[in-house]
Amino acid sequence: MKRTTSRSRVVSAVLFKDLRIEARSRVVTNQVLPFAGLIMIMFAFALDNDDVLQRVAGGLIWLATIFSLFVIVQRSFAIDTADSALDSLRVAGIDLSAVFLGKAIALTLQLIALDVVLIASAFLLYQVQVSAVGLVLLVTCVTCATTGLGFVGTLYGGLTAGANGRETLLPLLLLPVVAPVLIAATRATEAAFGSGGTATSEGWAWVGLLTIFAAVFGIGGSLAFGPLIDE
Amino acid sequence: MTGEKVVDFKNVVVVYDKFPAIAGATFYVNAGEIILLQGPNGAGKTTLLRACAGLLSIARGSANVLGCDLQTDRSAVRSRVGLLGHSNGLFQDLTVLENMLFWSRLVGADKTDVNQAMDAMGLSGRLSATTVAKLSAGQRRRCALASLIVRRAQLWLLDEPHAGLDAQGRDELDATLRAARDSGATVIFASHEIERAQALATRSLLVSTGTVKST
Repeated sequence: MKRTTSRSRVVSAVLFKDLRIEARSRVVTNQVLPFAGLIMIMFAFALDNDDVLQRVAGGLIWLATIFSLFVIVQRSFAIDTADSALDSLRVAGIDLSAVFLGKAIALTLQLIALDVVLIASAFLLYQVQVSAVGLVLLVTCVTCATTGLGFVGTLYGGLTAGANGRETLLPLLLLPVVAPVLIAATRATEAAFGSGGTATSEGWAWVGLLTIFAAVFGIGGSLAFGPLIDE
Repeated sequence: MTGEKVVDFKNVVVVYDKFPAIAGATFYVNAGEIILLQGPNGAGKTTLLRACAGLLSIARGSANVLGCDLQTDRSAVRSRVGLLGHSNGLFQDLTVLENMLFWSRLVGADKTDVNQAMDAMGLSGRLSATTVAKLSAGQRRRCALASLIVRRAQLWLLDEPHAGLDAQGRDELDATLRAARDSGATVIFASHEIERAQALATRSLLVSTGTVKST
């Protein structure tokens, strides 16, 4: 008897599976968040100058996010490859683009939680300030940037999931690709913070770039993830 | 459906890592059969099972599984087969019940299907709330088999299904495979436990250096 299932059902099943596993294993909470927090503290020690820290806070937040992204992506696919569950998903004949979307949304939500903590630590450690208008820009920037990182992280995580030396291969492949996100999100965050006298309005063009990046990797990832996993 | 050819391979070649792991295999499997794949390590049993599941591309020959041509449409066969390899395909941090519910959502099964599968594999009660990481090897195997039951696979492809099971688990597995056959499924399994496997199988195939012969 042939049974069918909707795409949204697969997306939600994969999304809640990943979030439930994270809630139970607490890898992001107990390992990634302290790791990202330490990066912020180490930068504060290394630069040791309030003016410089306020000026570069945006860049430091997004560098810490991208370093943490590698750990979260590897963890996200380690739970699928540990007992060959990814193979089982392939054999199950389900829509792998729905698996991609479910995993990307789970990754995005984890990155948003991480960025909330990183931005809070920037307020605390670097004494950055944000206006009400700047806050709207900051929230939009975080949403667009983490969505793009979620899509591209899932795509490259799937690409390297079965490869030898994937722990080193993933950063090598992913870093050049996320460079536009690092640049655009940094500029938008600097505008939100008003770093170096930057006007808040200057940040919206960079948010536009982040939106395009997210759209390109969202569509491209949905199309490419299945064939990449299959081979 | 009994009597129909569920698997029909003619001169099939499967290249794996530039090496012809299957080199001209010709065999068929009828619906309702329980087929034992025998052969030494490295003979190509696992590759043959993965090819039947549509996971490997067919380099040459004609390969038909459940009416689907694997040369042109490997993906079509996948939702109708269940493959249990050396790994169990489970999520270690989820409980047995959560694993079963996950698979049931993916394939459109309902809670009744999940309960029936867990009952059949003796996974109800306390075990259902245990995370897979805390299960014994045999319990994990039973959990993996339960997921195949939930998916109502028409063709079961099992690689060393008895491995890691105790005597009771092996008896339960044999009973499950016979029940699957009785409910219309076809089973192909590889095993090194020849005596037990031959008692279970309706027919045996010998896999040797990438070719397949009836025994």
